Parts: sequence; structure tokens; C-alpha cells
Amino acid sequence: MCLAIPAKVISVEGSSAIVTIEDVEYTASLLLLDDVKPGDFIMLHAGFAIGKVDPQEAAETLQFLLDMEKNLNN
Amino acid sequence: MEFVDEYRNKDLILSFAEKLREVSKKEIILMEVCGGHTMAIHRFGLTSLLPSNIRLISGPGCPVCVSSQHFIDMAMAYSKIPETIITTYGDLIRVPGSSTSLEKERAAGSDIRIVYSALESLEIARVNPDKNIIFLGIGFETTAPATAATIIQAKKRKISNFFVLSAHKVMPPVMKALVEDGVRINGFIAPGHVTAITGTDIYNELASDYGLGVVVSGFEPADLMQAVLMLAVQMESGKPKVEIQYQRVVNNKGNIIARQLLNEVFVHRDDNWRGLGMIPESGLKIREDFSSFDAEKHFIVRIPESIEPKGCICGQILRGLKTPEDCHLFGKRCSPSDPAGACMVSGEGTCATYYKYRS
Repeated sequence: MCLAIPAKVISVEGSSAIVTIEDVEYTASLLLLDDVKPGDFIMLHAGFAIGKVDPQEAAETLQFLLDMEKNLNN
Repeated sequence: MEFVDEYRNKDLILSFAEKLREVSKKEIILMEVCGGHTMAIHRFGLTSLLPSNIRLISGPGCPVCVSSQHFIDMAMAYSKIPETIITTYGDLIRVPGSSTSLEKERAAGSDIRIVYSALESLEIARVNPDKNIIFLGIGFETTAPATAATIIQAKKRKISNFFVLSAHKVMPPVMKALVEDGVRINGFIAPGHVTAITGTDIYNELASDYGLGVVVSGFEPADLMQAVLMLAVQMESGKPKVEIQYQRVVNNKGNIIARQLLNEVFVHRDDNWRGLGMIPESGLKIREDFSSFDAEKHFIVRIPESIEPKGCICGQILRGLKTPEDCHLFGKRCSPSDPAGACMVSGEGTCATYYKYRS
């Protein structure tokens, strides 16, 4: 129920955006999130964008995970 | 899929299992309180990767499952009012009420529609001005702001035939109630998308006053393994605290706009949770300013005293005291195709998850 899926913003018009998840288009309401631009990744939940995915944090987490794996394997 | 596939890397997940065996020595019990986490843990078989000193138990994280029998019975009574359309998120329609279910009422002729978004309900109201539309509002802090935003839109657009029956609930009071009730755990794997809205301050008391570790986790297997590792490290050091594993989506502040809308439309009230009873300040009621959209104010229905399904131990499962395998209905009288209790109905209910991924 609290599931939210990362979706890429394609275009923004007023209080809604067209987003894609694996090339399928959805409409996301932007009533709960401002400053959304094409190219952003948002978390889509029940038709609403509830938050943004921070690409830098995502990269850092992933790097941390990969480093840990590497350290364990060395 | 970006931000998903990389967190499903098998080698990565196995390396976490190895790391956990290395650092974790104490016997610990961790509870996840989000149905999405329950699903992911079982779907990816994570429990089998953990060392034997770490146990994961599921808590009351599925909104469909924790909705009270009284709420289900009220929804059923509303569905019988002439010229009414009930709109609801999918799973709810299959929950058995005291005598019937919304699904059965729909088959008998009631107009009950599944919606993906609360805004769809508003559109149904707009194109059906001669009908009353009652949206069944369930869900935690992740979902309730969407209902709030929809009610505000209804007011702005002067749509007067849209109503909400609110069973929205909030997480912190139930997390506290479980611990006060004697459920013995060392820490919580805290819900990622709830926290994306609320921020992390809501958990501070659990760490400072109850000595519990809290790690806000994402939903992919690597996320969950990392969250367990973070909690294990906290337990080993004897310093429980609030941490965020899911940093790509969650920060300390949360979503301020969503919280503002939530507070504009809703106010806390004592609420009834299936299996847990009345928990102070754990539910969300529509404020007086928006009472013209409150179904409870407009439609007075008489419903007989609610009857819980006989033999169902959903309540104890929601408190982490029992597992579905302890229930003598599980897999026999109760299955996803013919559920006896709410925990088997929702795809993220603990019983449905155990059933789907049982070995």
C-alpha cells in the first residue's frame, strides 16, 4: 500500500507531470511536490509524486555497497 | 529499472549476509512495520540469508489488514445507500466484513469501483453529479496526504458530491503501543515511504525513551540487508539511534508540503486497529473546516455489532506475537482465493505473503 516506484519525469504541465516507468507513461499529480523538472526522478505513489530520488545519494549508497562487496571479496 | 535493478545484485546481497555473520553476535529481534518490507523480505528470501541470532518479525504495516471490522462494515452499509458510488483502492473490496464483503455487494448490484488514485474518485464525482461518491480513505502517512490534496481540490472546484470515509492512520502511536504492550523487539526497520513524508523526528522518542534502534529502509533486497546490518551494528555497540539507510529518497525533514496539506485537512483522533484495539491519537479525522466532505457526517447508517472472523489470529500476527503458520486456518480454510481474515486479503498482508512465498 505504501509502495512507491521511481519514475522519470518527461514533462510538466501545471500541477501534473507525465512520467515513465520502464517506458510506460503515467500521469503524476504534483500537488504534494514542487520544483519538479523534466529529467528528475520522482517516487510515484497512488498517482501522486511524493518525493524526489536524489541521484547523488543514490550513487553514494550504491558506491558504498559496491565498495563493501569488494572489501569482503578481497 | 533505474534505482531498482542495482539494488537486486545477488553478489551484493550475499556479501551483506557474510558481513552480518561477521559483526552480529547478540540475539536480536527486529520488526518491520511496512507491508512493502514484509513482501520484499519474503519475495527475495532474505530471512534465510540472516545469521540465526537475528530474527525478523512483521508488524502492523498493512493498512488493509489493520482497518477495523467496524470500518469494513460501515463501508458495506454505505454501499447499500441508493445513488451511491463507493470508490476504493483494490485490496479492500475483498476483506470479509461481519456478514459480507464489498466484492459480494458489488456482485449483488452495488456500484463499487476500484481506483488507483484518490483524484480518480473526484473525477467520478464530477461526471456523476446526480450520485454521491464515497471514497474509502485507507493508508498511513504516505497515502493520507493524497486524500487531503483531493479534498482540497474538491473544495476549490466546488464538487459537493464527493465524500471520504477516513480510516487513515499514523505510524508512531502504534509503534509505541506495541512496545508498551510487551512486544519484545530490539529495533524497527522503519517504513521508507512513510518517512519520506514525515521525516525522522517521529522516531526519536523510540530511540531515546525506549532504547530501540530505528533504521529507515528502502524496499530492495540490498536496502533491507543494509538496514539489518545497520541495526545489528547499533545493537552490538549498545547505542540505539535513528538512522536512514534509504537516503536517496528520505531525509530528516520529510515532505513539508505533504505534511501541511495533511494537517490542514486532518486532525488526530483515537482509532481502532484490528487486533490491537483502540490506540490514542493514531487515526486521522477530517477537520470541521472540511466536514462537508466527511462521509461520517453526511450518511448516518446503523450497523450491527461487528463480528471478527472465527479462529482468525490476524490480530496476534499484526502484533508480531504469532506467525501465520501458528494459525490453524492458514492454507486450509484461509487462502488468498478465499480469505478468512484481512491479513490474507492484501498482497502485502503477512499471511498472504507467507502463503505466496512458503517453501
